[in-house]
Amino acid sequence: MTAKIHIHDLSFTYPDGTQALRHINLDIQPQQLFVLFGPSRSGKSTLLRLLNRLSDLLPDTQRSGDILLDGADIFARSVNVFELRRRVSMVFAIPTPLPGSIYDNLVYGLRMAGIRDQATLDERAETSLRQAALWDEVKDRLQDSAFALSGGQKQRLCLARSLALRPEIILLDNPTSGLDPISTAQVEQSLYKLKQQYTIIMVPHSVQQAARVGDQVAFLLDGEVIEVGDQSRIFVNPQDQRTEDYVTGRFG
Amino acid sequence: MTRQQSQKVATVLVTAVAIIVILPIFLVLVYIFAQGWSALSWEFFTQPPRNGMTEGGLLPAILGTLFLTLGTAVASIPLGIGAAIYLAEYAPNNRLTRLIRLAIVNLAGIPSIVYGLFGLGAFVLFLNFGTSILAGSLTLGLMTLPVIISTAEEAILSVPSEFRIVSLSLGATRWQTIRNQVLPHALPGILTGIILGLSRAAGETAPILFTVAAFYLPELPKSIFDQTMALPYHLYVISTQVPGMPLQIQYGTALVLLLIVLTLTLVATVVRTIMRRRRQW
Amino acid sequence: MTTSKAENGRNLKEAIIEGLIWFSGISAILIIALIFIFLLKEGAPAFVNVPISSLLGRRWYPIEDLFGLLPLLIGSLLVTVGAVVIAVPLGLITAVYLGEFAPTWQRELLKPLIEVLAGIPSIVLGFLGWVVLAPLVQNMGASTGLTAFTGALILAYMSLPTIISITEDALYAVPNEYRDGALAIGATQWQTIWRVVLPAARSGIVIAVMLGIGRAIGETMAVMMVTGNAANIPSWRTGLFFQPVRTMTATIAAEMGEVAQGSVHYSVLFGIGIVLFLITFAINSLATRFVSGGDGRATRRRAQL
Repeated sequence: MTAKIHIHDLSFTYPDGTQALRHINLDIQPQQLFVLFGPSRSGKSTLLRLLNRLSDLLPDTQRSGDILLDGADIFARSVNVFELRRRVSMVFAIPTPLPGSIYDNLVYGLRMAGIRDQATLDERAETSLRQAALWDEVKDRLQDSAFALSGGQKQRLCLARSLALRPEIILLDNPTSGLDPISTAQVEQSLYKLKQQYTIIMVPHSVQQAARVGDQVAFLLDGEVIEVGDQSRIFVNPQDQRTEDYVTGRFG
Repeated sequence: MTRQQSQKVATVLVTAVAIIVILPIFLVLVYIFAQGWSALSWEFFTQPPRNGMTEGGLLPAILGTLFLTLGTAVASIPLGIGAAIYLAEYAPNNRLTRLIRLAIVNLAGIPSIVYGLFGLGAFVLFLNFGTSILAGSLTLGLMTLPVIISTAEEAILSVPSEFRIVSLSLGATRWQTIRNQVLPHALPGILTGIILGLSRAAGETAPILFTVAAFYLPELPKSIFDQTMALPYHLYVISTQVPGMPLQIQYGTALVLLLIVLTLTLVATVVRTIMRRRRQW
Repeated sequence: MTTSKAENGRNLKEAIIEGLIWFSGISAILIIALIFIFLLKEGAPAFVNVPISSLLGRRWYPIEDLFGLLPLLIGSLLVTVGAVVIAVPLGLITAVYLGEFAPTWQRELLKPLIEVLAGIPSIVLGFLGWVVLAPLVQNMGASTGLTAFTGALILAYMSLPTIISITEDALYAVPNEYRDGALAIGATQWQTIWRVVLPAARSGIVIAVMLGIGRAIGETMAVMMVTGNAANIPSWRTGLFFQPVRTMTATIAAEMGEVAQGSVHYSVLFGIGIVLFLITFAINSLATRFVSGGDGRATRRRAQL
């Protein structure tokens, strides 16, 4: 199996001089849920933001190394970054609906991509809501404001909004941080189904969540990958002392 | 004097000064209303001045001010909003940006009469627009620019940055993000700034003295290349240049000008309040 | 990840829009440069054709080709100094009242009222000064009501909104820990303000005063209506502030309408414009120096006043 994403010797430094990532090497396989975990400020979110080049928004950063998506360098000059962000879509920690209706949120990315056909938009909206397990709850009020939804519904809407773009990769930056246990379970449930179709890279809320949802997991500390491997192995039989200390709750 | 006493004296003093500042503002408003009220009539708003301006109404001056305000809007809004977008969304933190900000502060500080001189030299003479609504509007427009830029920039910056990031993460371009997620939500603030800027322009006299204002011109302008009367200049003319002018008409004119300017200010405040209430986040 | 044709069209459109936005951004620099260039173009001949000694003369009498700027400079100076002497204490204390003493309901009531003052057209204040204030001043015993003092009084009120709101911003920026700390060691509220809050807000207050000066020196219509417009140098003997004066701004406003284009008189009036431009430019640029780097909220606030 060839890697969907190949990260080679990736380093990243913020304008204030903080080196967030140091020489990262990772291979991420398709149709899997890949978990990046580690203490805060270990570089997880920075890595996610590099994968769809949201990192471009910050001026004066320094990057070295490559990220290959299906073998192609995502930082190459010829790459259309907007197209890239449709292929590699992102869900954020805080559910952030855009002002407007539920429907507007769902089709926002499509409209921006220039898709005007109403039938296509309707179809994509419905499919993605079903995938995110939100369809039954909102099908009768698609024109209501997205701000009227509950926290858990908002986050599933954000997931659906990403899915509507039919991405290949979904980046999830701690998507259940603000949610109650039931909503968290609902989101995890959807992810379980989605990973059969998409490549999912997730920063989890906790070590427990990492163990619950991950297929492959990577442990990050101070911008370095300490250990990477199957979920079952990392949590049961970590090779590195630091990984063991972290998963058993001795620090972090 | 004990500390408690000095504290008491200080409090009284400070309160007294606040009253000294506030009371005259209040008195000015009340006095102009009281003195000018009786001059207001249907004729006052719909007739041109007659009989050496000692009778009749203000129609050409009111309409002139209206035209100039519209012209100011056309001249200043696109450039002002564009500059605000640039500063809020694009400008890198570099020397050029600091220079732009310095220029804006200085534009705000240039005396209005100097704008008038510039309008005379640049628009009336150099571009050969003559003494005209066009020249006057451009002059007032430039003067209004700093107000519009700074209020619009503030409004744009007040839009939560999450909306921008989400929009970009969904594959929208920078301009699409500004167009769809930033400007609509900044609109109330931008509008407020525009109206406030225009209310200032409507009341200005010095910039229009040599660029557009006519001493007495009962006919309405036919094109943007015509001169026009304008309320602020008209008030100046009838209060200092026309002997034997009935005081009532002078106060009435001051009241009409004040009403126009204050109404605009009020509209700006109402727009801001309503739109804020409708805000969802 | 290649670019489609439709997308090419969109890219072009966005490139044009972003180009226009960039142009709007730098337009402020272009405009201020153009203003200076046109002032120079029309005004420079004055400094060539009129000898400097004449420009520094004590008599402004254009009909006899006497273009001494001294009375005008002194007129502007007197009116501005008078306004500042009145407005600065009033403005500072009012800002202290609004920021430190006034209950919320008073603030909510008073701040809009001060905004209204900022919005009253100068011609309306000039008009009131002319019909109401000048007679009052004359009743105080001056030979005429149209004096530097009358102008200073009106100017003071016109620069109050600037001084008050910038000072208030500066007071607001003083952290509450400063106040709490002083009160905790037993200082009264007044001592706290005088010894702690005001010194901490010093640079903001300096800016407020400078911009108040800038506002006063550039004001035209109100000053023209109430200062009597006599291009004399007032003497100490008869009460410096209680004689008619003529400011630079009023001279331009009053005489530009009557001069022949291109005449010496015409270019001297533009020359006065250059002087005004340079004075206000210096004041504003200097005030910008006081706020670090000259960017951010403070600069925007100032441009709105």
